[in-house]
Amino acid sequence: MSLRLQSSRFEQRTLCYSFAMNKCVTASGLALLVLLLAGCNQNAAIDDAPSPAQRWNLPEVVYTEDGMPDPSILAPVQILHRGNGTQPQGLDPHITEGVPSTHVQRDLFESLAVRSADGRIIPGAAERWEVSEDGLTWTFYLRPEARWSNGEAITSSDWVYSLRRAVTPATGSRTSILLKPIKHAEPIISGQMAPEQLGVRAIDDYTLELMLEAPNPLFIEVLSHSVSYPVHQATVEAHGDRWARPGVMVSNGAYQLSELAMQSHIRLVRNPYFRENDRVIIDEVYYYPTEDLAAAVLRYRAGEIDWTYEVPNTQFNWIEANLADELFITDWFGTYYFGFNTLREPFDDPRVTKALSLAIDREIITTKLRRFGEQPSFSFTPPGLDGYDPPQPAWASWTQAQREQHALELLAEAGYGPDNPLSLEIRYNTHEDHKRVSLAIAAMWENTLGVRASLINEEFRVFLATRRARAITEVFRAGWIGNYLDPMYFLELFHSDNQQNDVGFFNEKYDALLAQAARTPDREDRFAVLNQAEQILLETQPFAPVYTYVTRRLVKPYVRGWESNLVDQHPTRYMFLLRQDPIEEVGG
Amino acid sequence: MLARFIVKRLLGAIPTLLILITIAFFMIRVAPGGPFDADKTLPPEVQANLDAKYNLDQPLFTQYLNYLGSVLRGDLGPSFQYSDFTVNELIAEGFPVSIQLGASALALALLFGVLIGTTAAWYQNTRLDYALMGTAMTGIAIPNFVLAPILILIFAVYFGWLPAGGWGNGELRNMVLPVIALSLPYMAYVARLTRGSMVETLRSDFVRTARAKGLPEWKIIGKHSLKVALLPVVSYLGPAAAAILTGSVVIEQIFGLPGMGRYFVQGALNRDYTLVMGVVIVIGLLIVLFNLIVDIVYALIDPRIRYE
Repeated sequence: MSLRLQSSRFEQRTLCYSFAMNKCVTASGLALLVLLLAGCNQNAAIDDAPSPAQRWNLPEVVYTEDGMPDPSILAPVQILHRGNGTQPQGLDPHITEGVPSTHVQRDLFESLAVRSADGRIIPGAAERWEVSEDGLTWTFYLRPEARWSNGEAITSSDWVYSLRRAVTPATGSRTSILLKPIKHAEPIISGQMAPEQLGVRAIDDYTLELMLEAPNPLFIEVLSHSVSYPVHQATVEAHGDRWARPGVMVSNGAYQLSELAMQSHIRLVRNPYFRENDRVIIDEVYYYPTEDLAAAVLRYRAGEIDWTYEVPNTQFNWIEANLADELFITDWFGTYYFGFNTLREPFDDPRVTKALSLAIDREIITTKLRRFGEQPSFSFTPPGLDGYDPPQPAWASWTQAQREQHALELLAEAGYGPDNPLSLEIRYNTHEDHKRVSLAIAAMWENTLGVRASLINEEFRVFLATRRARAITEVFRAGWIGNYLDPMYFLELFHSDNQQNDVGFFNEKYDALLAQAARTPDREDRFAVLNQAEQILLETQPFAPVYTYVTRRLVKPYVRGWESNLVDQHPTRYMFLLRQDPIEEVGG
Repeated sequence: MLARFIVKRLLGAIPTLLILITIAFFMIRVAPGGPFDADKTLPPEVQANLDAKYNLDQPLFTQYLNYLGSVLRGDLGPSFQYSDFTVNELIAEGFPVSIQLGASALALALLFGVLIGTTAAWYQNTRLDYALMGTAMTGIAIPNFVLAPILILIFAVYFGWLPAGGWGNGELRNMVLPVIALSLPYMAYVARLTRGSMVETLRSDFVRTARAKGLPEWKIIGKHSLKVALLPVVSYLGPAAAAILTGSVVIEQIFGLPGMGRYFVQGALNRDYTLVMGVVIVIGLLIVLFNLIVDIVYALIDPRIRYE
């Protein structure tokens, strides 16, 4: 309907265009050009799209007494289609890494603790747990009713096997190091101890004991990660590398694997043995790789996927104008920043790095470049964590003009000015978004500080290698997203022993504070120590935080039961699809 | 005669492939970064475990010899990126899809390309000719990544006639848009090639003789001229077939198709050494094969060419 209205407008334009071209217009040429121009002008063609109220006619959400949605509001067919970024590396939870894999694994497996729809840690395969006085021993009481997808009971020996497998070097896990709070995990990963020495013990069939290296009030966060998922020993031993395949895989989550078509789709179906199967509403879920973000939006609009993985920056205007009520933007637990290689002059001078950081107008980057609701960031740990307020430098509350003034003073103190301008290189991995931010920052430095900044882009793996070498980098793009909610996960990046301390930050006091925090069993005290550490970091500014990441996706209004959360984890088991009633014709 | 020619050509391809494998093997290893690099650097002990698991801790030349050995046994090794799969499995899944897509697109391009080209040549320097060739020029100039989203927008989003993406189980409705998007640039190119050589052929002596003999025009074009005029098209088809079968990365990504093309690009970006090598070998084989077919077809349609 809207297309037809548009096409007359296009024909006129096409005619002019074609006449100018060679004065010979025939049907075929016209047809192709109309086709082209119609597509190029998709923004215009949507002007008269129906308003949301007309697009959907959904029932009011009503819950029954036990907290389940009332059956009368549910769609008769409960099949969810989720866009999932790239093809997952695989589905073996101990081996793979990457967000697309974990989304699927979260539906297939359940760890001792899981996350609720709003992202809180709640009991999963364990119905409760106790921590010893000294904080070193965690005892988990497993649910006797928990079953594998083949109907067998899950006992503590399954957990012992699984955790040992995850840290065994031959398994080839990419994420095993996350289990390092468990006693002996690190020496086992580096091959100095046998996996049997891992601090995990089956007390009886349904009681599991984990021993830690040090008291860690946030240890339970680690157990929500895929590396702590249980695997079925008999299946793994019988099928080796090929156990994570349809028809073979045995899992313990709300769903089981039904189809795995590389680069096409992954289909999961309900696991009838799941302990809360009666509370799961969606019967099947499909995951599609959607590498091309713009194409994914088209598939979403064509009704083929209900849930996109992400939304391309370039379509922000169109989406805001037409699908605003289906766009969900949530703060994410990650920081986008630019690092300074402090092993090189002049970035070893905190006055220089601080001046550069001050001169970045974060407001402009978040409101003009990113636009998806990212928040300017002045700390390394992102906000939103319960009990930890990231420290803010004093200048966070200044105006940008004040910051720039101070930056000029600092730079002059360090010996740079109009007569001796600072020149530097900004390095980023090839990507349109990084390029735009880098360009903007280069311009800000040039305009306010007279810095001569040149931009260098590198292919991703080359970039990673250069950055890690800490030899030629000066200023580089980086981002850090929390695998779980713990400020330590952010701050240990700048520990002098950390492999990924790409800025080369070495500070004994900082290291000592991190060590002290690691020994502190009380959550509040621990956070206080970490806060002190982060203050040291921010005083030196070996990096310039720019903004806090957000997640952004389109979700069809009939997909309910999920909630935005800081960790961007959305198990399908909490979701349900609303019935869609016929849309009543509205006059006009 | 033909059999000897084929055997000779295939034997001649062995050193070519060996050189190809060698160069590709060392080139991808020279590229900075490794298969297990990610935004979050792996601790050295984890990196060491992975290197050991995939034999990346051995000297490069040993790895090369091992690789050659396993290729000879038909084993292309495990994929580093898709840890649950071997390269053989990935190619075995992707190749049929690529063939199905590529062959359909090629057939479509050839059929309509030749038809349009011949028509344009026949109506040389008329409005129809200009229009057809203008359209073809536009077709060549418009990149796939522009054309494909437009097709999706019109036929999937607005009209809802066809799926916007996905492969399903290879149903026809999933294939229509990608095949069209894939074939249009090739179709346009074939049309231009056909027109060019047809115009030339129509001016040649034997056509004049045929006309003098009073042969009907459709016979002159359809039987005599087309055979000669198709030679450049045929020689274009060899590399085009290999490219269309393996190089449809853009189309595969936009439509979300499980073909082989994107393993090439993704494999290189991910430093998935074995996967890249596997695809290189398949492409190499395809090019050898298609060039051979082109040579055979050449001799069949042009009596001036003989097997040697």
